Amino acid sequence: MLYLLLGTPWARHQLEASMTLHMLVQMPLLVIVGITACRLLPDCWRQRLLDGLGGAIPCVVVAMFVSSYWMLPRALDAALTEPLAEISKFITLPLLVGFLLALSWRRLTLIGRGFVWTNFFSMLAVLGWLYIVAPVRICNSYLVNDQQHAGWYMVILATLLFLWWLGTLLVGDGGGPRKPSIDTDRTPE
Amino acid sequence: MSPVSRSIIMTGLVTLLGTWGFWLGTDGFTAFTAETARRVEILKSPRPLPPVQLVDQDGHSFSLRDYEGKLLAVDFIYTRCTTLCQSMGMIFKQIRDLIPEESLGRDFMLLSISFDPDHDDSAGLKRYGKAYDADGRVWRIARVPDKAQLESLLDAFGIVVIPDELGEYEHNAALHLIGRDGRLRLISDIDKAVPFAEQVTALL
Repeated sequence: MLYLLLGTPWARHQLEASMTLHMLVQMPLLVIVGITACRLLPDCWRQRLLDGLGGAIPCVVVAMFVSSYWMLPRALDAALTEPLAEISKFITLPLLVGFLLALSWRRLTLIGRGFVWTNFFSMLAVLGWLYIVAPVRICNSYLVNDQQHAGWYMVILATLLFLWWLGTLLVGDGGGPRKPSIDTDRTPE
Repeated sequence: MSPVSRSIIMTGLVTLLGTWGFWLGTDGFTAFTAETARRVEILKSPRPLPPVQLVDQDGHSFSLRDYEGKLLAVDFIYTRCTTLCQSMGMIFKQIRDLIPEESLGRDFMLLSISFDPDHDDSAGLKRYGKAYDADGRVWRIARVPDKAQLESLLDAFGIVVIPDELGEYEHNAALHLIGRDGRLRLISDIDKAVPFAEQVTALL
């Protein structure tokens, strides 16, 4: 449902109008679509699929490559100007980031999860910082102001998420914000 | 195959694939923004331009085709601009003054194109030209009256213009060089006027 909604020209127009919305609303929502899709699959399918793919590590590696790629300013611009790039964004973010992360999440140890989270925080913060201090416009399709706003939101978000994760690490099992719904359906391995 | 070796093989495979994807997607780790990508691509394969009709500050109508056989420096402006285009004018003037005088008008010319034909009429262009000593011959300030032609021209150059909150525009400003064959062959930063002029001089 959400996926179809995001794909409508109206939603795309709204969410791609500013860099902040594009990077911090549309893209995360696409990832969440993938996560949700994975949760809807029966457990045995997920196990088989994960084994077929070679376990959790390849999945995490793919997710990291793909998510970093969509953080490149060039990829953002391309998604706006080239229909092919836009289509691949709508396919790869849910499938190769959200779906694969959710698929491998339960196999990851506390350290594995911590690695994924901290990697994500640091990329978000560093990129946000770059956007703030960049003397030039990084995306041809967005205003400089917008770029700086997006940068600040990214740094703030990275900090808040980090604190949240740190909190769960101190009193929980380090699953981070996604912990509750994932751990309730843990199966024996 | 044991799960462990399978996992190792798959990890190696996706790492290779991912690196390869990044290599392709960034032109060999050189172009991380669309602007650099545009420049790298032009250098590799000079791009043909559409034969648009322009009108200069004196009301003369001409075509980009008229410049074939000469080197042409092009920049994009709008005359209401209070920031970047002001310095663009200074930079173009600087480039003109760096080129050997005997080549000016014979082998090398300059052209500033306004992407705002609604506001920039011939009088406005003339004012802009006067401010930077553009003579209308060696250096013309021009507009593209036909909106569709302007679109195709901006597209061919890879210029993206977006209106900002103050009623002005933001655009990727750069120095463009069109070769004697009428193809766009070089794009450089606007603060690289001296190297740009040196590159032009080397081609004269």
